[in-house]
Amino acid sequence: MKTLALFFALAVSVACYSQAIVKLPELQEMMNEGQKVKVVNFWATWCAPCIKEMPFLERLNRDNQNVKVLLVSLDFDLDHDQSKITSFVMRKKLNSEVVILDEPDPNAWIPKIDKNWSGALPATLIMNPSTGKRKLIQGELKNDDLEKSIAEVSK
Amino acid sequence: MKSLVILCFSLMAMALRPEGGYDVGDTVSDFKLKNVDGQMVSLSDFKGAKGFIVIFDCNTCPMSKAYNSRIIELNKKFSSQGFPVIAINPNSAKVSEGESYDKMVAYAKSHNYDFPYLYDDSQETVRKFYPTNTPHVFVLNKISNQLKVAYIGAIDNNSRDGSKADKHYVEDAVNDLLVGKSVATPKTRAIGCSIKWKNS
Repeated sequence: MKTLALFFALAVSVACYSQAIVKLPELQEMMNEGQKVKVVNFWATWCAPCIKEMPFLERLNRDNQNVKVLLVSLDFDLDHDQSKITSFVMRKKLNSEVVILDEPDPNAWIPKIDKNWSGALPATLIMNPSTGKRKLIQGELKNDDLEKSIAEVSK
Repeated sequence: MKSLVILCFSLMAMALRPEGGYDVGDTVSDFKLKNVDGQMVSLSDFKGAKGFIVIFDCNTCPMSKAYNSRIIELNKKFSSQGFPVIAINPNSAKVSEGESYDKMVAYAKSHNYDFPYLYDDSQETVRKFYPTNTPHVFVLNKISNQLKVAYIGAIDNNSRDGSKADKHYVEDAVNDLLVGKSVATPKTRAIGCSIKWKNS
């Protein structure tokens, strides 16, 4: 009985901390829903510049309630182990929403995110669902890149 | 109408090739870069080559590591058919110290590279190609002694497991060229590590 309770406690805690695995249509829906400006960051646990720029995204998520930050992990492209992403998120204490994109055939879906995206990580798409205005930042975020782009798509 | 179609295609091409890097159809100028064996290497050194599989690849990117054995296989398969692999490290060691010349030498040795792995300290040659990620392939085809870009993109469509890939872009491109056809899929994209440019 005790083991069973422990098992449930563990299962619940894993469920709370694990990240949703999404397909492209679900991701596109998340990007386009509501009025808020979306800051969609494409990253992976193995990508050093992605990890370096994460504090910018976490700070934005904490300080600006008018935008929605979404961190899209592309780890499955190389390694199908969800626990690696979960333990990374817990270790870094990430508060922004994290989803894992599970799509084969990158050449087919990369242009559907943005026609100018090469596929290199990191990449950050700032978009305004109400107006369709968007800005893609390829490579590591610097200084006030995010704030400037948010202002640009909010005009 | 025809010019409109051409304009649309050129605009699409522009969208894909940033910063004026070589596009499909462009003529590539030769270079002279230092190989991991200490010798200088130029494309003109390969007298019998029908073309090249130029791969921008590095020591540290996990995506590069995942493709390492597939790159070695590409050279085994195609160098004897006139399309040798030429690997070039596009990253600046000043930005990522794991990309230094000495570490390239060690990396090539431990993986038994039997093809050049070239160092471009100034990134001048790299800038002409303007790869966007590692590994990033440019297949070159020799036409009346000029080297034309015939394919730009990924090796295949499954980074995790090459045996599960159902599109082998580079192999298909070279096989098309070997039978005198134009490349059916001349451009593709893949998830990869961004290039470490100096002063960027």
